[in-house]
Amino acid sequence: MNFNEPHIDYAGISPLIALTVGLCVVLLSAVFKPFRRSAPLLTLVTLGAAAGLLIWQWNDPKSLITGALRLDDLAISISLIAILTAAFCVLLSLRERATEEAGSGEYHALLLGSVLGMVLLAASANLVTFFVALETLSIPLYILCATNLRREGSLESGLKYLIVGSIGSATLLYGMAFLYGGTGATNFAGIADGIARNGLDGDPLILIGIAMAAVGLAFKTSIAPFHQWTPDVYQGAPTPITSFMAVATKAAAFAVFLRFFDVALGSQLDSWQPALAALAAISIVVGNVGAIGQDSLKRLLGYSGVAQAGYMLGGVVVASESGTSSLVFYLAAYAFMNLAAFSVIVARERETVFGDDIRAVRGLGAERPALAWPLTISMLALAGLPATAGFIGKLYLIEALVEGDYTWLAVFIAVGTMISLAYYLRVVAAMWMRPERETIPGGTPAIAGAAPEADPVDPEAGRRWYLVGPAVFAAAATVFFGVIPQPLVEFASHAGAALF
Amino acid sequence: MINVLLWAPLAFGLLGLFLPRRAAGPWAVLGSLVTLGIAIGMVAGFDSGSAALQYTESTAWISGLGVDYSLGLDGLNLFLVLLTAVLWVGGITFAAFREYSRPKTFYLLMLMAETATLGAFLAQDLLLFVLFFDFMLVPFYFLFGAWGHDRTGEGGLTASAATLKMIIYTLIGSLLMLVAAIATAILSADGGHITFSIQALQEQGLGHGSQQWIFWFFAAAFLVKMPAFLLHGWMPDAYRAAPLPALVVFSGVLAKVGAYGFLRIVLPLFPDATVEFQEAILLIALASILYGSVMAFTQTNVRLIAGYSSVAQLGFITAGIFALRADGSDGAILQMVNHGLVVAPIFVIVALLVERTGSEDIREMGGMAMRAPVLAALFLIVALATLAMPGSSNFVGEFYILNGLFQEKIVFAFVAISGVAMSAYYALRLYQGAMHNRPASRQGQGLMSREIGVRDALVLVPLVGCIVALSLYPQLILERTAPTVEKTVAKVQGAEAPESRLATK
Repeated sequence: MNFNEPHIDYAGISPLIALTVGLCVVLLSAVFKPFRRSAPLLTLVTLGAAAGLLIWQWNDPKSLITGALRLDDLAISISLIAILTAAFCVLLSLRERATEEAGSGEYHALLLGSVLGMVLLAASANLVTFFVALETLSIPLYILCATNLRREGSLESGLKYLIVGSIGSATLLYGMAFLYGGTGATNFAGIADGIARNGLDGDPLILIGIAMAAVGLAFKTSIAPFHQWTPDVYQGAPTPITSFMAVATKAAAFAVFLRFFDVALGSQLDSWQPALAALAAISIVVGNVGAIGQDSLKRLLGYSGVAQAGYMLGGVVVASESGTSSLVFYLAAYAFMNLAAFSVIVARERETVFGDDIRAVRGLGAERPALAWPLTISMLALAGLPATAGFIGKLYLIEALVEGDYTWLAVFIAVGTMISLAYYLRVVAAMWMRPERETIPGGTPAIAGAAPEADPVDPEAGRRWYLVGPAVFAAAATVFFGVIPQPLVEFASHAGAALF
Repeated sequence: MINVLLWAPLAFGLLGLFLPRRAAGPWAVLGSLVTLGIAIGMVAGFDSGSAALQYTESTAWISGLGVDYSLGLDGLNLFLVLLTAVLWVGGITFAAFREYSRPKTFYLLMLMAETATLGAFLAQDLLLFVLFFDFMLVPFYFLFGAWGHDRTGEGGLTASAATLKMIIYTLIGSLLMLVAAIATAILSADGGHITFSIQALQEQGLGHGSQQWIFWFFAAAFLVKMPAFLLHGWMPDAYRAAPLPALVVFSGVLAKVGAYGFLRIVLPLFPDATVEFQEAILLIALASILYGSVMAFTQTNVRLIAGYSSVAQLGFITAGIFALRADGSDGAILQMVNHGLVVAPIFVIVALLVERTGSEDIREMGGMAMRAPVLAALFLIVALATLAMPGSSNFVGEFYILNGLFQEKIVFAFVAISGVAMSAYYALRLYQGAMHNRPASRQGQGLMSREIGVRDALVLVPLVGCIVALSLYPQLILERTAPTVEKTVAKVQGAEAPESRLATK
């Protein structure tokens, strides 16, 4: 009997192996007493190893596991963004109440599981891996959202995310079934072939499939009108997890968005392009209008994330190399901008009794400049002001949109950005322009409204290296890539060249 | 050299962060003086007969996107750069003699604003221009918001609300301009290599249909900045909120960036649309002249009198540019410098008046000339320059503008002349109200007046000196700007509006 041993490219899947092994080690570390405190460190080592292995594969595109995965520069760049975000999340989780309640080992193992899902998702080139990766990414996140066991908001957030996320997944799966039914193929290239071979151009079967897949992905990337969960879940989840969700999930979901629509459904451009453009426009309006008047900073960033997802969707809409590059650039910039903001929010959450309310940052400019500057830079960058990576990101996106004949969407981005100033600058004004904070209530938080944290106050949180460090680093990167964008532009253009 | 000029202020500002608090002010003054020195050096070395860009600098900045870091000086921006350097010295010196909270950040922002403004004037890459144009707002946002005055007591806005309003207004224009700039580059590249270089774009040219909408996107940005009538809603609140040293440079220079943008970008890049919409812009300009003048003589807050007079003056400058003749644009550039030089001392004087009377209301002032004859004399010179007294450089500027306008659009010129007459009224009203007529109701009360101090004289006298010097020798500017202006305007004169093209068929 002949047995053909399949060829396995171990170098290609080494990042996945590293993450899986690391996950097991971190989980087991919780069992052995001497290592109980070492979960964060082990997680960082795992992430570092995975990042190193990914960089080793840079610029060497290959298909893995009989075409189920495609490790090209797009997959690698998105994975690196996810890993960077996870590393930030580990630092921000130090001494976080949620970590201790859930058990440090389990918490970090779940985090690594989610990262593993993201790396898989960014590389998936097949409906099956696509769906499995999406679930690997999501299920740990449902749990992580609810890890702050004693806070009702956290549990609610986890449950809400679970329900909405499952609906999204189900919709996506249904859509996939239509596509498979029509084309008889599960891998993306095969779907494209199948559509052409079976003469399914504009066939209702395919169109329904595309629509449902788009809706499913829109849930994950919080594109309006499928965004309603976003502010609630962001607000309820422990803040480090919120930061991870906001940045990494979005990056991974956009990677598959690009690959699925541009590779598998590239021939159906005319049918999905206008629809996605409309979704992008709706997101920009809904997100920016929704964020106005939010007092909770996490909700504010949630709505801002909806708007930003709308901008980024523009990169998918144009279905071009420059569109893909601009999206990857924007995702990287978005990671830095958001991580700076979330680091500051975590610090203030522990330091004051206001939780994530905007009052927590009032007078921050005078009190804690090392936190105020990063948050200021982050807000200005999100608003797309020059000398920040946010400006270059918008420039890149708009250039791609105008090139792809979607100038009206570029104008939408400009108009959305104008609206967004109203809420981003409100945060800046609270930090620098109000009179000093009136009084700091001593013991009991007597506030109603957003996030009445019962967490013990750590009055020195604003000086801790693991909170200030990430904030300053992310803000510095935001400015650096705003002034010297060339390295990041090259990074992104590699990713863009991978698809086209 | 040109790089040093651009970045020196910011470098001084950043270094200032490492100095003790008390040294921050003098250090900033030194920084602005060094910048001024470099600017003067560059004016001295400028080849006045040439229309080409000088001191050019060009390197690829973001090569993937076609954006270059390219700077240069020519007749259009030479004296605006010098004006910027002069007024910043005035503003910073004025501030250095006073106490400001958090002085290091304050001066850092002031100097950052200078770099941003110089960048907008020097940029020869369309996108670099947009970047600096937007970036100018950031330091002013913090200066106005954090060091400004809340006006809630007078039924106005808080400083941060007023600033937010200003930012949103001005960015509405700027963001559309960003889209328009990118569209210009991509559409004129027509599938080829994308470049944002203003010179290259001029040569490539742009289709007529695209010019039409792109023209308005740019015009919106520039008209808001000036501000022009109907787009001036942010101005009264922002002017009342602003701290005076920042307002000196803001009103003196920033408004001119808008007018300069028309000359640098709109005329050469969108000549067809410029000719087509000439009358629309002229109408807006005339409306600004009339509205600004009328408001300037009805307002009682001295800041707003100066603010609305700026609206009128900028209307004049715009009208000069859109005469689309060389003398109109020559006059416009001269007038930009003139107006910067008169409005800055006016705000310094306003600050001194407010310190003496404790009020910004002109009805509460009066009779100050008795005790402060030197201050009154300086004020008189500034006021006479504002109303374009024959012999002043402003007279020459307005003469050129009107000359250009008369030859091109005589009806518009007649309306514009009324603006000259009205400027006499509001300038003299401001001067008399503050310096002479002591209101009867306050006759009995002690006069809270004193002479100008040596320190403030150090700020005011050189500025007034510049006005006088320029009045004696306006050729200094005119002969250096003329070659470039002729080249710029020639672009437009070659263009034809679609109507005329139809007529020839």
